Amino acid sequence: MTAVVEGKPARANRRQRTTGPGSGPLNRVKNSYDQRWYAWAMCVPVVLVLSAVVAYPLVQGVYLTFTDATSQNVGRTIGVNHIPDSFSWVGLKNYADVLTGANNQFWPHLVWTIIWTVACVALTYAIGLALAIALNRDMRARSLYRLLLILPWAVPTFVTIFGWRLILADDGVVNQLLSLVGLPGPSWLSDPLAQKFAAIGVNIWCGVPFMMISMLGGLQAIPRELHEAAEMDGASPWQRFVHVILPGLRPVSSTVILLGVIWTFNQFNVIFLLFGGNSDSVQILVTYAYRLFFGQQPQDYAGSATVGILCLSILVVFTSVYRRWLKRNDQGVLA
Amino acid sequence: MTTTATTSPAARRPAPDRKATPNRPRGARRRSVSASLHGFLIAAAFIAVFPILWIFYISLGPDKNDYQHPGRILDNLTLSNYGHVLQDTGFGTWMINSLIVAFGTMLIGVMIAASAAYAVSRMKFLGRGSLMYTFLLTQMFPVAVLMVPLYKIMGSIGLLDTYGGLVLIYCSTAVPYCAWLLKGYFDTIPVEIDEAGRIDGLTPFGTFWRLILPLARPGLAVAAFYTFLTAWGEVAFASKFMLSEGNYTLAVGLQSYISQFNSQWNYMAATSVLIAIPAGLVFYVVQKHLVTGLTAGGTKG
Repeated sequence: MTAVVEGKPARANRRQRTTGPGSGPLNRVKNSYDQRWYAWAMCVPVVLVLSAVVAYPLVQGVYLTFTDATSQNVGRTIGVNHIPDSFSWVGLKNYADVLTGANNQFWPHLVWTIIWTVACVALTYAIGLALAIALNRDMRARSLYRLLLILPWAVPTFVTIFGWRLILADDGVVNQLLSLVGLPGPSWLSDPLAQKFAAIGVNIWCGVPFMMISMLGGLQAIPRELHEAAEMDGASPWQRFVHVILPGLRPVSSTVILLGVIWTFNQFNVIFLLFGGNSDSVQILVTYAYRLFFGQQPQDYAGSATVGILCLSILVVFTSVYRRWLKRNDQGVLA
Repeated sequence: MTTTATTSPAARRPAPDRKATPNRPRGARRRSVSASLHGFLIAAAFIAVFPILWIFYISLGPDKNDYQHPGRILDNLTLSNYGHVLQDTGFGTWMINSLIVAFGTMLIGVMIAASAAYAVSRMKFLGRGSLMYTFLLTQMFPVAVLMVPLYKIMGSIGLLDTYGGLVLIYCSTAVPYCAWLLKGYFDTIPVEIDEAGRIDGLTPFGTFWRLILPLARPGLAVAAFYTFLTAWGEVAFASKFMLSEGNYTLAVGLQSYISQFNSQWNYMAATSVLIAIPAGLVFYVVQKHLVTGLTAGGTKG
């Protein structure tokens, strides 16, 4: 049983030492049988929930993308009458329409989604890291700062984004301040360019606390000796940042960046609640798909599912490339 | 994530007396550094808190357009908006619905996430790696793909317009991340504790329940916080799946409110403040565990 547990060889070795030589082969088989039974039993609830709520609907969703389903031909029950499904199989037509159709909306939205994701994740990461480093020092009022800085995370987004709508409204406080200084205030919630800045800004505001807290934990896990050794060797603050802090944070960084990309790419709440459905250019793919879905009559189920599946595929591809890249880099570090 | 970056200079030892560093006259520099540090943090904290305070401030103004003239509010502060929201709207019902759904999600979500995370952290079994990858994968599903199929499924098993249906859906969004987080936390608890439990005759489940869970309180607290917030703040599913007004959650109720009073921003603001309070309470209970609980996974996993 030398199947090394990924990522923690130390523990695997230790366990082998304690159970390995002493117990007979029969016992070991029995143990592993018991363990497997328990392990599966303990995972069953999660697997059941996920397969009922994610896997099965996903299969159905994929199936819908090959049909011409709209709200008019999908089976439904009105009172006691049940109307059966009447949509039909159209093959890859939806994908062709979405990707190359005449009235093409997909590519502009994809470009904006990518800009949005990169800008948000990069800035959120940078700000979160800066705040975490600042908070990681001994100083007065540290826990008060921490408490206040996490607050945006603790209040539900539909509340805070409502607050931002008031602040960014045409006569809101931001524009009033700008006019005090003599600058023209753009209409943050309706001008296509200003909308994008507003969206990115608000999303960063929402995302920083998570990044900050994650990094703070990561910083605290870096052994103090490393900092001291670097200081002894006369490393400047910048050198310490590059050679001690960044490498020490790598495990945390790689996780939060991956999650950040996934969550930002699929960030529904910020865009939807800040702008509603009526402005087009600021919609990212997810909200665009939602609009296909609920924003028009008849509701285009198939089109919306197609866009959704494309989002999913982009993320899956990104994740596997990213993980492979991480793995290769790691070997570089460890070798 | 399976990235264990071993930073190299483990062999270097810090010198015994590190007080004797050459650059002694650093008192002045220290002070300026610390002043700018405080300045930076105060600015950041202000930006973080301002929108929330702003809603609170607006909620005290009597007129629906007061957000355009914040100066006016100071002169006639009033709690009348709160009175209106609490007495003349469905707020109480929405609040109870939201609490049921959020606490339900929290209890069920944390339990199933913890048991799966424990299995993944401690036991070797077929499908262990792919389970973790599936968790990651579920974070990538856009709402739009799942909406129609889920609607049909919920309809066919009679969970549409029920608390149970929403709890189930929220579990599927919150549990994968919690399981990830808790797995990381369990990894930091020494295996010797499990072994001791097993030697004393506990079943694997008993070990988990009596030994590991109590030790994992910080991790569990963060997972609870996360599931609670996920359920408390979700809009898209709640607004499509809760059909009857008696079942609206706060997120849905607030929306119905906009269309009902179109631009009564002052009521909106008051409602928002009332919504933020329970979340704030949960957060306050949990916050001292946040740092340890949240990152054990990232650093050790």
